[in-house]
Amino acid sequence: MSPLDPRALRRDFPILERSVNGHPLVYLDSAASSQKPRQVVEAMAAYYYGHHANVHRGAHTLSVEATDAYEGARARVAGFLNAPDARSVVFTRNTTEALNLVVSSWGGANLVEGDEVVVTVAEHHANLVPWHFLKRQRGIVIRHVGLTDDQRVDLEGLQAAIGERTRVVATFHMSNVLGAVNPVRRIADMAHDAGALLVVDGAQGAPHLPVDLQALDCDFYALSGHKMLGPTGVGALWARAELLESMPPFLGGGEMIRRVTLDDSSYAGIPARFEAGTPPVAEAVGLAAAIDYLEGVGMEAVAEHDAALARYALERLDAVAGVTLYGPRGSDRAGIVTFNIDGVHPHDVATALDAEGIAIRSGHHCAQPLGGVLGASATARASFYLYTTEDEVDRFVEAVVETRDFFAAYA
Amino acid sequence: MSFLESLYKDVILEHYKRPHNRGALDDASHVQEGVNPSCGDELTLYLRVDQGVIRAVGFEGEGCAISQASASLMTDALKGRSVEQALELSRAFRAMIRGRPPEPELGELSALQGIAKLHARVKCATLAWTTLDAALEAPEAEATPD
Repeated sequence: MSPLDPRALRRDFPILERSVNGHPLVYLDSAASSQKPRQVVEAMAAYYYGHHANVHRGAHTLSVEATDAYEGARARVAGFLNAPDARSVVFTRNTTEALNLVVSSWGGANLVEGDEVVVTVAEHHANLVPWHFLKRQRGIVIRHVGLTDDQRVDLEGLQAAIGERTRVVATFHMSNVLGAVNPVRRIADMAHDAGALLVVDGAQGAPHLPVDLQALDCDFYALSGHKMLGPTGVGALWARAELLESMPPFLGGGEMIRRVTLDDSSYAGIPARFEAGTPPVAEAVGLAAAIDYLEGVGMEAVAEHDAALARYALERLDAVAGVTLYGPRGSDRAGIVTFNIDGVHPHDVATALDAEGIAIRSGHHCAQPLGGVLGASATARASFYLYTTEDEVDRFVEAVVETRDFFAAYA
Repeated sequence: MSFLESLYKDVILEHYKRPHNRGALDDASHVQEGVNPSCGDELTLYLRVDQGVIRAVGFEGEGCAISQASASLMTDALKGRSVEQALELSRAFRAMIRGRPPEPELGELSALQGIAKLHARVKCATLAWTTLDAALEAPEAEATPD
């Protein structure tokens, strides 16, 4: 029994009614970007048609309404994450910008040569490349933690990698390639025991798993709106209030200041200090509507639905010869199925599936170092969300078999 | 003929499964690495140019059927051509991938014509050719106007 009814939910997603290359669209690329329900688009339209002005600036009615909408969205994000208070939620463009903010502002102010940052080999580039900047600029040391044989993060290796100079552990909540869910609380305890902070890339976790920041006990959590039914152009960083209070600004400009003279400036309190310039107000309103939608369905139900589809897909693909599957099996496996067809490059797999109207991702999934670990520089990935049906998984599996057979004819 | 068959013509799949001129050249005069950053596919091209004529060609790297077949067919076509003729062939190939009818000199390379309709795969088809242009120090083809 499915924890939710994807067929009913699909009626809210007009794009899922279209066809691609003569076939009904099967959208299995939600881990890259989710589709949007009418409720999100309509909330943004209602904001633009009825309430838009710049925020925090004018004394006029529209500006006050826009400010209320924007700050209301901040409170919705805080509630969704069970954050202790809304002022420690900073709106950003996306997860990538949120993680860059952490590295640039907190890292720039606190890390010196020889300080260590521990990451896993399965990080998205967004949680790796910004740390490389500090390695070049400051001479920090980046330590890598590998995977166990069953392709989970090696927690013993992680414990061993944390040492006296470790200042930060930075890792994902849910892997965008392996579908593995990290035991964030356990990792937070390891980091804190060593006096280090935990930075969590929540790009996949926030859309697909219930998030309780007070239970996870991490220090930073980053997310993207567009992966969780919201619009592009808005994301969020949550940080412990006392950390945010201590951090220097990220970008300079309007809104983030207290007082400016020609020679110098003093800075606003949190979160405004980190939100220079006109923020993505309509996008924040859209994100709040997306959160309303997700909470209406229930995040426990979303997580269970995604994971059940992954179990079903893996079970069916296990029976298909010539297919290699990646990622762990068990209760810590979320709704992502990464695979390869022997002798067929994943780009060709994606093109063949697209010809059947099935959208999957192919390539390194912005986690290039992981390819070396898995022994596959590129992989194909199907990812599921609350609107994905079992019938779509069936169509996907059948297309994988047909693709294997098409290319096998030339082996 | 299905869409897939029209795209992945026999000649493409044959060159993918059994590529020609695969491997490094010990006596190469030009060695050039090419990368498609959007997918991570990499290719190394080896040329032995003697008195302005390409005498030998080889390539290494991993990639999809489109990129590997394009590289294999390209290396076949380059042998015996002058540097100028090679660059002219590269321009003709790029024009075809942008949707123009294939020039006769493209020969078997015209099997890749179908990529013009598949924008997501254009970079796969042109990886070997941008690498060739870089090797011969031609201006980047991406920058030439249509």
